[in-house]
Amino acid sequence: MNPAFSVVLLTTASGVGYGMLAWLGVLNALRLLPSSPWFGVAAIVVALALSTVALLASTFHLGHPERAWRSISQWRTSWLSREGVMALLTYVPALGFAAAWWFAGPGTGVAAVLGLLTAACSLATVACQAMIYATLRPIRQWHHRLVLPNFLLLALFTGAVWLAAAVALDDAGAARLVAVIAVVFAVGAGVAKLAYWRQIDAAPPVATIESATGLGALGQVRMLEAPHTEENYLLREMGYAIARKHASRLRTVALATGFIAPVVLLLPGIALAALAGPVLLVLAALAAILGIYVERWLFFAEATHTVTLYYGRREAQAVARDGRA
Amino acid sequence: MTSIPTPGAKKLGLVIDLDTCVGCHACAVNCKEWNTSGHSAPLTDFSAYQDHPDGVWLNRVHTYEAGTGPDSRTVHFPRSCLHCEDPPCVTVCPTGASYKRAEDGIVLVNAEICIGCKLCSWACPYGAREFDEDQGVMRKCTLCIDRIYNQNLPEQERVPACVATCPARARHFGDLGDPTSAVSQLVAERGGYDLMPEMDCKPVNKYLPPRRRPAPVTPVETARAGSAAGASVLRWIDRVLSR
Repeated sequence: MNPAFSVVLLTTASGVGYGMLAWLGVLNALRLLPSSPWFGVAAIVVALALSTVALLASTFHLGHPERAWRSISQWRTSWLSREGVMALLTYVPALGFAAAWWFAGPGTGVAAVLGLLTAACSLATVACQAMIYATLRPIRQWHHRLVLPNFLLLALFTGAVWLAAAVALDDAGAARLVAVIAVVFAVGAGVAKLAYWRQIDAAPPVATIESATGLGALGQVRMLEAPHTEENYLLREMGYAIARKHASRLRTVALATGFIAPVVLLLPGIALAALAGPVLLVLAALAAILGIYVERWLFFAEATHTVTLYYGRREAQAVARDGRA
Repeated sequence: MTSIPTPGAKKLGLVIDLDTCVGCHACAVNCKEWNTSGHSAPLTDFSAYQDHPDGVWLNRVHTYEAGTGPDSRTVHFPRSCLHCEDPPCVTVCPTGASYKRAEDGIVLVNAEICIGCKLCSWACPYGAREFDEDQGVMRKCTLCIDRIYNQNLPEQERVPACVATCPARARHFGDLGDPTSAVSQLVAERGGYDLMPEMDCKPVNKYLPPRRRPAPVTPVETARAGSAAGASVLRWIDRVLSR
């Protein structure tokens, strides 16, 4: 699948934004965050800005962005529609949470309730987004049971790293707990991602050129002649293929930058106080978002669609994946 | 509405005979010709007369080799929307632009409200939908809805453009929901099948498999009746030619 910049940006930024909102709501209800009014409002605004950027990015790839409002109408069947509805709904408790933090104080019951509501809406938005991919049967790397946990864990991990950096900028000492949570979720999300990669590598194709054409009874099928000499929409959008050699290198980059580097930076960040701590936590947040951007890019680039079977891609893919093409 | 309507009795669709298709691409060309000025107009082309032409086609003809060695067959394979009974392209649509008609089962796109998110083209296992980069909306086979119900056309022309033009009569149009219809009987008789049944889309369109051919006869040298002199001349000629 074509790793379009807008969609890769959308899934990366919305994960960070909604993950951060989720932790803000939960940790505030547990009274584990700094209580300064500036911190709360700034953190909520940054998180909302990230998810808003993501929403805007998602409209960049539309053929008719001015009709985007129509996309909230089909929530009964469409996960994309549900994501839109949940993303818009999240603004209500999130803005209320910010207002309650500022005017009533983070320790009040109303702030706690609105925070928890924000967290629930945020995670539901991420889950809807994951389900858009997880319900697409023609793409076996997406129609996979680990896609939903992966999306949720990545959002919680990147959200925690960014929140740790935000807390550290306000009060270095108070960031310890959030940083520990970030380390735990970095490990969890990293292990889930490794398991996902292992499983998609081992899984058999979901269909074959024989079942796609129904000609298997005659023997092995291969394409003799393509329907057109030039690349078309189908091949550009669904036929994107990445050589296995490059994919495995990028997996290493994603793992090192997105998961290992943040942990390496967070651990001394937890130990050190004063100036060094916040700097390390901010660096960890930047490393995480860069690495996860590569991981999201791979999520698209490594996904294969059954339409390519009609174009005889079985052999081509096998060759490309061995790095010989 | 992107909910799938309660299936009606009528299931209009195509039956494509892979035994008689000669791979002339006339169906694809006539489809483009009709639809670029009909319900789905325009089917935009970019640099149609220069290098790298690119554009929307609703029907594509692939050519495959099935089997190996002397028993292999060349099979021409037209691919278009199968108007599935359970179309994932419809349920994923966030706007309701993609819909399945209850009255005849035809799957359509309302270009007036399509936002061009392309998710339907990801959801279709068969690559039936192509995006019109110029108009910013998704295009697909309409089963020539503007022909089959068109009162201005003579009755025999009220079939999809691809069916009307096929010189090999490899394409048949009719109601696959009616077991007594000509197309249903053809499917029953010839063992018509679904493409990629593992995707659970329940395609309405059916494909008829290439017929079994008699095993190829290997030429056998048989001794010709005739005079001994005649036979020895033939043997001599055979020796000369075999050098």
